[in-house]
Parts: sequence; structure tokens; C-alpha cells
Amino acid sequence: MAEGRLQATVEVFLKPGVLDVQGKAVEKALHGLGWPGVSDVRVGKTIRFALDPADPAGAEAEVRDMCERLLANTIIESYRVEIA
Amino acid sequence: MKSAVIVFPGSNCDRDCAAAIERSTGAKAQFVWHAERELDPDLDLIVLPGGFSYGDYLRCGAVAALSPVMEAVKAAARRGAAVVGICNGFQVLCEARLLPGALLRNAGLKYVCKPVELEVANAQTRFTAGYAGRRTVQMTVGNGEGNFYADEDTLDRLEGEGQVVFRYKENPNGSARGIAGIVNARGNVLGLMPHPDRAFEAELGSSDGAILFQSVAKSA
Repeated sequence: MAEGRLQATVEVFLKPGVLDVQGKAVEKALHGLGWPGVSDVRVGKTIRFALDPADPAGAEAEVRDMCERLLANTIIESYRVEIA
Repeated sequence: MKSAVIVFPGSNCDRDCAAAIERSTGAKAQFVWHAERELDPDLDLIVLPGGFSYGDYLRCGAVAALSPVMEAVKAAARRGAAVVGICNGFQVLCEARLLPGALLRNAGLKYVCKPVELEVANAQTRFTAGYAGRRTVQMTVGNGEGNFYADEDTLDRLEGEGQVVFRYKENPNGSARGIAGIVNARGNVLGLMPHPDRAFEAELGSSDGAILFQSVAKSA
């Protein structure tokens, strides 16, 4: 990895209470496979990218701004940012 | 009436929309590519068509909402021009925050493609004035992510302010409170999942969609 370059990982999930039909379908399939104890399945997405921030200390704020403006729709989704 | 249909990469109802406008009102519609930064300053109607803009990547309408042309669409909406988003166009308007709420995956998981009966919940908008006296109208839906969602306060406000314009008689996709179409508070931006552009002459099964375009033309 180039000097100063960070790795950002963003996880996006539908907020609790927002119907996740994909999660429901996966849950039903897992029950069918013999795991009746599975519940509350949520299917989200992970977005990873390299980032060369102008100011490393502000990298997380920068990624959160990306989430607010594009990577997540905060009406229905919540997100988690990890910088490494 | 001067009208434009915005074309995003992956739009597939743009020509239908132009045909619907022209057959319904007699006015020509121009096509505008999403990369344009300016729109004619005197447009009366801007239509965001259905389709799969940007392959529905990330979220339906999310990338299209950031297209260069959308700044011009927002400016036109501020000026008071009529803006209609149909199906994917509705998703784009929500993602662009020109309308409240969002469209989720259909509750039944399936892509739903069929004729639907709609209640005209508000016939006093510039889009629906022509439906006055009509209890129901018929159009078709074709969507996988048409399940309208907004928080309870927003839904209460939409209903209280008459911003719910169309409601499904039988909810095909789990939409909150059966909502099929809404307008913004000012009443000049409409988003709806059913396709008036697939219901503009009797040969298509219904001509009820034509009334929507005629209503806009009359108010222009």
C-alpha cells in the first residue's frame, strides 16, 4: 500500500424496523436447512476502497460525508465506517 | 406546453414518456441526456422516466440523483416547473431529496408487472385536476422496488397535507399506507410508481394516463 493511503470499509444495513425482505428470505431458507434457531437475519452490503486523504486525521469524517451523500440513504439505512 | 424527458444511462421508458406527452397533449417533447448541465429555462414539464438508471447500482436512483442534469432539474423545480418522476424516476426524485421517503424492495420479493386500479386521493394538484369526479383510474406497474417507505411522522404529514395523490386499491408491493404517488409540499413535483406513460390510449388497455399529461398542459 502506498504511503499515506488508508483502507476504508463501509458497512450499510437497512435500519432496524425497515422491512428487509432479503433477510427474511435468507432466514426462511436457513430454517429449511435445519437451523430453526436462526432469527433477525439482515442482509447488508460492504463497500471497500483505498483513500488518500488530504488530512489523515479527518479521514473518518470524510468517509462519513461520503456515506451521508451517496453510500447510504439515511432515510432507510444506517452505516458503520472503519478506517485502517 | 414545453416539455423535456431526461435520459439516464439505463432509462428504458424515455421514448414511451415522449410518446405519451405528444399523443396526450399534442406538444413535442425533447430528450435531454443526463450529462447536460443546463435545461431550457422555460420548460413547463420535466419527466424523469422509468428504467434501470445506472443499472440500479448501489440503490435504485442513487447514482442518477447525482447526475449533472439533476442540479438543473432542482433549479427548475425551485422555479416552479412541473417535475414528474415515474417508477425509476420516482426513485431518483426520492434519492435527490426532491420528494420525501424512499422505495424499498417489494414486500413479496417479486418484480410486479400488472395493471393496477388507483384511487385518486387528491384531484386538486396540477397533475390530477383532470381526474376530478373520477373515483378510480387504471395504469400498470412494473417494478421490483416500489415499496414506498417513510417514517410515521412523514406519512402523517403527507396524508394531512394532501400530498398523497394516488393510492393502490390493492397494494401490490407493501407500500406504506398503500401509497402509489406523492407530490412535494409545493405541489409541483410528483413521483409515482405506476406508469401513466403505459396508459395513454385505449389500445394500451387504458387511456387514464393521458389525463395526467393533459392536466399539466392545461396548467402550463
